[in-house]
Amino acid sequence: MHDLSPSGPSFSAPSRRTLLRGIGGATLLGAGIPLLSACGGSGTAADPKTVSLGSNSSDAVPKKAFAEIYAAFTKKSGVKVDVNTKDHNTFQEQINSYLQGTPDDVFTWFAGYRMQFFASKKLATPIDDVWQKIGGNFPEAMKKLSKGEDGKYYFVPLYTYPWAVFYRKSVFAQHGYEVPTTWDAFVALCKRMQKDGLVPIAFGDKDAWPAMGTFDQINFRTNGYDFHVELMAGKASWTDAKVRKVFDHWTEILPFHQEGAVGRTWQDAAQTLVAKKAGMYVLGTFVGQQFTNKADLDDLDFFAFPEIDPAFGQDTVEAPTDGFMLSKAPKNKAGAVELLEYLGTPEAEQIYLKSDPNVVAASTKADTSSYTPLQKKAYEMISGAKSLTQFMDRDSRPDFTSTVMQPALQNFVRNPKNVDSILSSIERQKKTIFASG
Amino acid sequence: MTATPAKVPETADEPAPGPAPTSTPAKVPHGHKRLLTRRDRLTLGLMAGVPTILHVALVWLTALASIALAFTTWNGIGFDSIQWVGLQNFRELFTSNPQFWPAVEHNVVWFVVLILLPTPFGLFLAVQLDKRIRFSRVYQTAFFLPVVVSMAVIGFVWQLVYNPDTGLINSLIGANKPGHYIDWIGDPDLNLWAILVAASWRHAGYMMILYLAGLKGVDPALREASALDGAGEWQTFKNVVFPTLRPTNTVVLVVTIIEALRAFDLVFVFNKGAQGTELLSILVTNNIIGESSRIGYGSAIAVVLLVISLAVIIPYLIATFRKERRA
Repeated sequence: MHDLSPSGPSFSAPSRRTLLRGIGGATLLGAGIPLLSACGGSGTAADPKTVSLGSNSSDAVPKKAFAEIYAAFTKKSGVKVDVNTKDHNTFQEQINSYLQGTPDDVFTWFAGYRMQFFASKKLATPIDDVWQKIGGNFPEAMKKLSKGEDGKYYFVPLYTYPWAVFYRKSVFAQHGYEVPTTWDAFVALCKRMQKDGLVPIAFGDKDAWPAMGTFDQINFRTNGYDFHVELMAGKASWTDAKVRKVFDHWTEILPFHQEGAVGRTWQDAAQTLVAKKAGMYVLGTFVGQQFTNKADLDDLDFFAFPEIDPAFGQDTVEAPTDGFMLSKAPKNKAGAVELLEYLGTPEAEQIYLKSDPNVVAASTKADTSSYTPLQKKAYEMISGAKSLTQFMDRDSRPDFTSTVMQPALQNFVRNPKNVDSILSSIERQKKTIFASG
Repeated sequence: MTATPAKVPETADEPAPGPAPTSTPAKVPHGHKRLLTRRDRLTLGLMAGVPTILHVALVWLTALASIALAFTTWNGIGFDSIQWVGLQNFRELFTSNPQFWPAVEHNVVWFVVLILLPTPFGLFLAVQLDKRIRFSRVYQTAFFLPVVVSMAVIGFVWQLVYNPDTGLINSLIGANKPGHYIDWIGDPDLNLWAILVAASWRHAGYMMILYLAGLKGVDPALREASALDGAGEWQTFKNVVFPTLRPTNTVVLVVTIIEALRAFDLVFVFNKGAQGTELLSILVTNNIIGESSRIGYGSAIAVVLLVISLAVIIPYLIATFRKERRA
C-alpha cells in the first residue's frame, strides 16, 4: 500500500508509521465499511478572515516550515490560516472520505494522476484564476503537472525532488570510476564494482515502492516519456514487447543489486551507501536524510540514470512534486485563492526550502543562491528536463499500484525468471481494475 | 460431532416440530411474568435492548453490507458510484489474483502450526507449573508476558531480530555478508516460518494460562485415586487428567482457530504481507483501506474469510448447544 510512497521526503520514521497504519487498519477492519467521512474538516464557519487548510506534513521539520509560510501569508494579507494537520500517512489513507466530507478550504496533495483523479471526480475546484497570477513563476513542465485531464489548473506546486543514481564522490575517486552516461558503461561499472568488493547497487524493497522507482527509470529510458504515461494510464499493455524489454534490462542489472532486497528497508540500504559498502543507489534525493554526518553528506553526489535508447537520451526526470489544491466547496474561496496565489510565489517556496535541504523549489523564480551543491544539481536536472514524471504510484491508479504492482515487482525482484507469468498476471488484474470506475 | 448436525434433538417445553417425541417431559413453565414490575421490565428492556441495537448495527448490518458490497465495485466516492457486478469479484479473486490462494494456504498453515507446536508446548508448561515447583509464579509471568504485549509490538521486535543486515540472528551466525545472506523477512520460503516462530512464542504463553486454569479445576481426589491405583505420572496425565481437561481443549481449539483467522497485526508490521506471508486479513486491508479503495473487491475477500469462519464456528456452536441441551 501507499504508506511510504516516496511521496514526500518527509518520512523519517517508517516503522512508527507502519505501526500506526497497522493499528489503523485493524481498527477499520472492525468498523467494516469506511465511516470516515466524520473525520474530515475543521468545521469552522465562513469567516472572511480565516482560511482552513488540511495538511499532511505531520513531521516536525516540514510542519514548522509550513507554519512559517502561513505566518508570512497572514502578515501580508491579514487572513488567518487555520491549519488542521494529520499524520502524513493517515491523511493519505483517508483522502477519499476526507474530500467527500467537509474538507478544509485548501489541502496539501501530490501532482500527477493522483491530483487528476480527484479533479475528475469533482472533489476539487479549478484554479485557473490563481494561475493567471502565478503562471509566470513556473516552467512549462510544472504547468503540465498542475492541470487536470480537462485542461484546467487544479494544483499549486511548492517543491519537488528528483530520482537519480546516488554515489559517493570519494568512492568513485578512490577506484577511479567514471560517471556512466550509457547503459553499457553502467553495466561495465557494476561489474567493476563487484570485482572491487563493493555492492554495485544498494537496494531495499521491503516497503515495496523503491522497486517502482527503478522500473520507472528503466522504462522511460527504454521507451520514452509517452509510453510511461500510456502504461501508467492503463492504456498500454503490460504484455507488450516494450515492457518486456524493460524487464530484460532490469534482469541484466539485477545480479548487481544488493541481495535480500525484499527484507530490507530503504533506510538500511542507504546505510550501505553511507558505510561505503555499496557503490550506487537509485533513489530520490531524500536519501540525504540518512547521511547524518555533514562530511558524508558533502561526499554524496548523483547522476541521471544512464541513457538506454539514444532516441530518448536522458530527457525525462522523475520528479515527484508536492503542493496544494482547493477543495470542492471552499467556505472562504476569496481567502483560499489569495492563499494559493501566495503559495505559488518564490517567496513562499524559499521559506520552505530553508528547512528542508533535500528538495528544490518548483518555481524557476526562486532564489537558488542558498542552495547546497546537491540542490543546485537537482534544480538543474529538473529545469533541464523535457518531461517530468511523478512516480509510478502518483502517475497511475493507487489501487493498481498498491494491490498489483507492489507485490508483482517484489516477486520479480526475487524471481526474475518468472517475468512472463508475472507480466501476464499484471495485465489480467490491470484490465479489471481499470475497467472499474 | 458424531451424528448428523441437521437433527438436533430438541428438549423444549413445547413439542418440537417434526417427528414428535414419544413422551414430552412434564416440565411446566413457571409464571415469572407476575413477579416483574413495570420498572423491572423497563430496566430489562434497556439492558437487553441497547446491546442488541449496538450488536445489530455494528455486527449484523456491517456484515450484511460487506456481503452486499462483495457483488459490486465501488471506489468509495459517493454512493452512486456503486456498480453491481455480480460474481465478477469472486471470479477474479479465484482465477487471477496471485495472492489469494497463497493467502488461504497461509491462514491454514498458521492454524496447523499453532495447534501442533505451541499448543502442546503450552500444555507442557502448564503441567510443569501446576506441580507447584519453586518460583512457579516467576515462570508463569515470564511465559505469559508475550501475551500481554500487543501483536504490533511483537512484530516490531521480531522484525528487528530478523533484520537481514543488522538483526540479531544474522549477526550471530554471520549471514549478513554478501553471498551469505539469509533473508528472513523477504524470502517467501522462510518468512512465514520466521513469523510463525514469533506467533508461537506468544501463543504458547496464552495456551499455558488456559491450561493452567483448566488444571486448577481438576479434582485432586482424581489424582489421589489414580495414584492409589498405582498409575504413574504419565498414565495419570493421559488417562485421568487430560480427559477432564476436555472443556479447556474446546476453548483452546476455538481460540487457536480464531487466532489463525484473525492473524494480521503481527505480519503487517513484520513485512506487510509480502510474498510468502500473504494472509486474507491483509488482502482485505490492502484493498479496502487507504487510497486504493477497491471496496467491492476487498469485501469479496472479507466474505471468503467470513465463510471460512462460519464453516469452523457453526459445527462448534451446534456441538456446544447440543451438549447444553443434554445437560
